[in-house]
Amino acid sequence: MSTVQTSDLGVIPATLVESQRRRSAAPTGDETVATGPPPVEIRDLTVAYHERPVLWDVDLTVRPGKLTAIVGPNGAGKSTLIKAALGLVPVAAGWVKIFGEPFAEQRRLVAYIPQRGSVDWDFPTDALDVVTMGRYGTLGWFRRPGKRERQIAMDKLRQVGMADFARRQISELSGGQQQRVFLARALAQEADLYFMDEPFAGVDATTERAIVELLQELRSQGKTVVAVHHDLNTVDDYFDDVALLNVRLVAYGPVDDVFTHANLHATYGGRIGFLSGGPAETSAAVAD
Amino acid sequence: MMMVELGVSSPLAAVVAVLGLEWSYTLRNVVAGAAVLGVVGGVLGSFATLRRQSLLGDTLAHAALPGVCIAYIITGSRESLPLMIGAGLSGLVGTLFYLLITRTTRIKDDAGLGIVLSTGFGLGLLLLTYVQNTGGSGQSGLDRFLFGQAASLVRNDVITMSILGAIALATVVLLFKEFKLLSFDPDFAASIGYPTTMLTILITALLIVAVVIGLQAVGVILVVAILIAPASAARQWTDQLSTMLVLSGLFGAVSGAIGAILSSQITDLPTGPAVVLIATTLTAISLLAAPRRGLLWAAISRRRHRQRVQLASILHDLADAAAGEAGAVIPLTDLQAKRGVPGRLMTRQLAMLASRGLVARSINGREGWSLTAAGAEATAEASRRERVWKQYMARQMDLPVDAIHYDATEIERVLPPEALAMIEAELRAEDAAAIGRASDVVAGPPRRPSRPTARPGQAP
Repeated sequence: MSTVQTSDLGVIPATLVESQRRRSAAPTGDETVATGPPPVEIRDLTVAYHERPVLWDVDLTVRPGKLTAIVGPNGAGKSTLIKAALGLVPVAAGWVKIFGEPFAEQRRLVAYIPQRGSVDWDFPTDALDVVTMGRYGTLGWFRRPGKRERQIAMDKLRQVGMADFARRQISELSGGQQQRVFLARALAQEADLYFMDEPFAGVDATTERAIVELLQELRSQGKTVVAVHHDLNTVDDYFDDVALLNVRLVAYGPVDDVFTHANLHATYGGRIGFLSGGPAETSAAVAD
Repeated sequence: MMMVELGVSSPLAAVVAVLGLEWSYTLRNVVAGAAVLGVVGGVLGSFATLRRQSLLGDTLAHAALPGVCIAYIITGSRESLPLMIGAGLSGLVGTLFYLLITRTTRIKDDAGLGIVLSTGFGLGLLLLTYVQNTGGSGQSGLDRFLFGQAASLVRNDVITMSILGAIALATVVLLFKEFKLLSFDPDFAASIGYPTTMLTILITALLIVAVVIGLQAVGVILVVAILIAPASAARQWTDQLSTMLVLSGLFGAVSGAIGAILSSQITDLPTGPAVVLIATTLTAISLLAAPRRGLLWAAISRRRHRQRVQLASILHDLADAAAGEAGAVIPLTDLQAKRGVPGRLMTRQLAMLASRGLVARSINGREGWSLTAAGAEATAEASRRERVWKQYMARQMDLPVDAIHYDATEIERVLPPEALAMIEAELRAEDAAAIGRASDVVAGPPRRPSRPTARPGQAP
């Protein structure tokens, strides 16, 4: 048999389950930190809209080469944290450094996947063209993407299993396929640090698997991923580290250490009743 | 009109009459001017509609009216350049005012546009009345800026319009990549270092240029049509932005030119309404007839889909009734009873299947039909696809809703390749197990046997 069935995720390739088991067995908490400045260093970050604080005094230093999830309730400032790191929203106080320098000087090292719902998918363009946009940052002003750029874009489409859809108008793609196109665009940026805003939102289970595999591949290449994530049941399966956020940073660290019931309660208040209905493994992890 | 007396009574007659017209100085100016504004309006209007800012164009135009009047009051000139500069500056002030009130207060976008539009237009009318009263009625000729009067264009106007338009178009060509990304995904554009604020200001300034070019010919009230209608029409025919820009410019030029000719031939028909009607007609035709996105196309493909489903059902019925016996002849009456469709429709559909070599007719006492070898194969293939689909639907109930309406014949379109391979392998294993047990293969899903929303045989 090549597949294993679990209670709520449907079909999972057996190899994937194995690799996850191996990973969970290995110690993740106290590895020596790699040399060099951290991929993301956030100090005293405060962001406000119309005087209402969205983020309050957040300090966070992301470990290199890890998959980090940002979780928290709606309106907790998860997307805003990423956008502040990328200079997309004005910062009221504090600063963010990317590999030791301000983001503006490190753009080429960073890839960004916005929320899928943030763009108009009826825009007149096709999948390959969107992925090619990942090369625009290195192209410079006025220059048009050429053969080389399209070649890279095609490779990345292949990597996310979308090679057959290169010339498909983007509105004719399913939600999962659109998310894959966005992933391929980020890969085309050939960065060291990947910010992803809800990469698993609204995708089919198979695409979710494919994205997880891709994240693990990025990690094996030493890349760092910071992703806003909404499904508490999969945090310990998919990620190494987790940042629990609710305007303030409640906790940050290896999933095994900080993804605890007490921390979740502090983040979500009384709104985590649904967790008790989750898979046994998650409940166990939460009860630690 | 100063043109040849035509005595035409309908727009159609005017167009026909134009062919016999003298290609006069005025007509040349009118057509050239209208074509320039059509091209520029069509191209920049495309970006405006894609960025959901077409109403910004309308607001700009109305906010430009005070500028026209003030420029006239200051210079006393009827030359187009000072009036255009006044219009442009005034439109710019309107835009800044709009940005100011929507960013610093809780007033929403649409209300902000409405405020600037009505204030600008009100102020413009006030100044217009003042100018008319002081300079003698109609002296200034500024009322042409309300509904447009292409016939009032002189050579200098057209030259000014062409230069401004060429600058705008050259900028678009140069910054095509940047404008495209800004329109599609501004956050991503900002993240890779594009100065999005500057680009937004630039693209809005170009939109102002497009509006200003059109003011004298089409008028502040209707100039927005040359921004929206050609772009909407062009979008129907293509899925590529570059092609859309070219088509939109072309549609704009055609509507501008025809509208201008009409208005110059028909007494008291302002150019604005004529251009609007032509552009809207083009849009209506595009919405109806464009391949893939058009309404006619949608109706035809719905019909085709229904027919495909019905034909597939007949094949399934034949296969069911034959119960594995190759070439078994099923009486027509049995088929009809099963489907419950009118006899003539079924006969026609059977004839269609026969023409594709999938079924054969035999009359042996009474009419009967059987599956050919090709028909049996096609039916088996359809069943296989349907089983894959059922399996997938049962397993993956979190499939996005937009994917569910596809039927199994388009399965590759919805299922990622890994999923397809995985499920097919599973079905093969299931089949092998079933053969091993030498019992009936039950194709039903292993759990949650909810009925799939769409599959052949159950047309919506």
